[in-house]
Amino acid sequence: MTFPKRYLAVAGLLAMVVGIQQLTALTGTAYYLTQLTMAAYYSLLIIGLCLLMGYTGQLSLGHAGFFAIGGYISAALTTHDFSAHGDTLLLGLMEKTGMLMHRQSLYGEPLLNVHPWPACFIAIGMAVLVALVLGVPVLRLKGHYLAMATLGFGIIIYRVVLASEFFGEADGISEVPAFNLLPGLSVNGDFAFRVTNYYIAWGLLLLGLVLLLNLIHSRVGRALRSIHGSEEAAEAMGVDTSRYKLYIFVISAAFAAAAGSFLAHYNGGIGPSEAGVMKSVRYVAIVAVGGMANLWGALLMGVLLNFMSLRGMFGTYDDAVFGIILILIMLFAPRGILSLRMTNVFRARAKTPGE
Amino acid sequence: MDSSLFLQYLFAGITYGIIYAIVAIGFNIIYNTTGIINFAQGEFLMLGGMISISMLQFMPLPLAIAVAVLVTMLIGALIEMVFIRWINNPSVLRMVVITIGISILIREAALHVWGESVRALPYFIGSAVTSIAVFGTRISPQVLIVIGACSIMVLGLSLFFRYTSLGREMRACSANRRAATLCGINVKNKVTLSFMLSAGIGALAGAVMSPITYTQYDNGTGLAIKGFTVAILGGLGNSLAAVAAGLILGIIEAFSVSFLPLAFQDAVAITILLIILFLRPHGLFGSSEAARLKEF
Repeated sequence: MTFPKRYLAVAGLLAMVVGIQQLTALTGTAYYLTQLTMAAYYSLLIIGLCLLMGYTGQLSLGHAGFFAIGGYISAALTTHDFSAHGDTLLLGLMEKTGMLMHRQSLYGEPLLNVHPWPACFIAIGMAVLVALVLGVPVLRLKGHYLAMATLGFGIIIYRVVLASEFFGEADGISEVPAFNLLPGLSVNGDFAFRVTNYYIAWGLLLLGLVLLLNLIHSRVGRALRSIHGSEEAAEAMGVDTSRYKLYIFVISAAFAAAAGSFLAHYNGGIGPSEAGVMKSVRYVAIVAVGGMANLWGALLMGVLLNFMSLRGMFGTYDDAVFGIILILIMLFAPRGILSLRMTNVFRARAKTPGE
Repeated sequence: MDSSLFLQYLFAGITYGIIYAIVAIGFNIIYNTTGIINFAQGEFLMLGGMISISMLQFMPLPLAIAVAVLVTMLIGALIEMVFIRWINNPSVLRMVVITIGISILIREAALHVWGESVRALPYFIGSAVTSIAVFGTRISPQVLIVIGACSIMVLGLSLFFRYTSLGREMRACSANRRAATLCGINVKNKVTLSFMLSAGIGALAGAVMSPITYTQYDNGTGLAIKGFTVAILGGLGNSLAAVAAGLILGIIEAFSVSFLPLAFQDAVAITILLIILFLRPHGLFGSSEAARLKEF
């Protein structure tokens, strides 16, 4: 088969993305695009986490940490003025290779920053590095231990961000410059570029989705499903389980960091709440609602729930809503909300014990 | 560092350490009867502090603390009956996620009831500046009250589990659930009791520590992580080792202040947790043989 069926679904999603944009243009509700753009970036993290949780059965309560690594490093490198260090060897080298960017501050003073492209790569690279260092020992753990270890990692990132001046302490980093992907294509929160940014975000999300879909339909994907089914059996069949788990952990961290980096440029800033434990729990809740090993479910729920939350539909009960969702889904539908049919509600109790 | 300062740090370390030990014992009690790590354990301490502060307006201090402990025990029992009791054979992942959800719900409820403000019970004896001389340094009597109350709880619990028939039945459930059922022990009720017990000791610790550490709606998560670190450090399920581990962590944390910024104090505990998880997941005092038999 030269053209797998999954590409049809992606094409369908693409049509829906275009359709929604046209609809908002027709009905004069283009302001929805802002939240849809942000929801798309969050969903990029969520499909990465879905791969980790659903296909390798590893729970991570630290993904907001990776998101923060991506966002904060991008934001700090492109916002901090390095002109005082301009004569050091590293910066000289970066200057020669065109990785630095000269611009002017609001008050007309010259600023020397890292260009967003290298900053983004450094941010993702850092997340990958941290994921490797953390992943090798952590992924030997299971259940409670893994949950606590990743939760602990998330809290360390939160504390570091709150305590370091370089990352703006409690205020976070603001006035992050636009990210010029290509001439004429730039990630920023300017209203004039709202439609462009909507398509950049969704383009990135669809790209990520296609990558992951291809991954799970490959040899790696089959190995992953065997790990989820039974780790011992997979190992007995010659699947190098720990290598695959590390591989996926690193990929999901890179997705989270990329999402953080782009969103920091889109919002023009990032604050410590992005690194908070509640954010990590929220991502886990969304993956759970989507049905764990279901990329499409995770993507749809990621966009829907993030959009509703960003529109302020949950009011001051924002975190509580995600707590309730988490409990209800885990109690009544551990296979995700899409698995529920009306008759299943009554059978759920009988079916769940095997889970 | 002179000896007076050294003792100050030491007492601060012991105070926090014994509080962490109480949280760890709370984890252990529930873990032993159910195999579940209750991520909402830290919230019990927050509830104990908050409820006793609110009750203090209507009644004297000892009564307020007693009411807080009873109400928190009731909440613990409710949590078990509503969320845990009827799930048969749950996977570890599912229970972890459910108890995390419960901790969020308690925290959010507390936020809506008590707001974001930081509260505290008044000092039980004297005021914040009252101090007594101990070994040539001056410490607050409240520190001694915390250490005393927690030590009594640890002692009481170990006597309870060793010598009362109820305590023995609970230990039987943890040793072998099926065999306990066959002996006519109502395992499900013992599980409810274990939730009440750990809620109760958590609430009492939360109330006595409140004057020193203050109480805020989101205290729980930090305490839960420290308590878990201690539980792992001592070997999951081993309560007396948890006390030793708690003191070790508390003292390390207290002395870390002298060479690390205060903001990184939490990171110390978590780094220790990560190192222990990698090197000795069965704890400092546990045996690896026994740990392998349990489901991680």
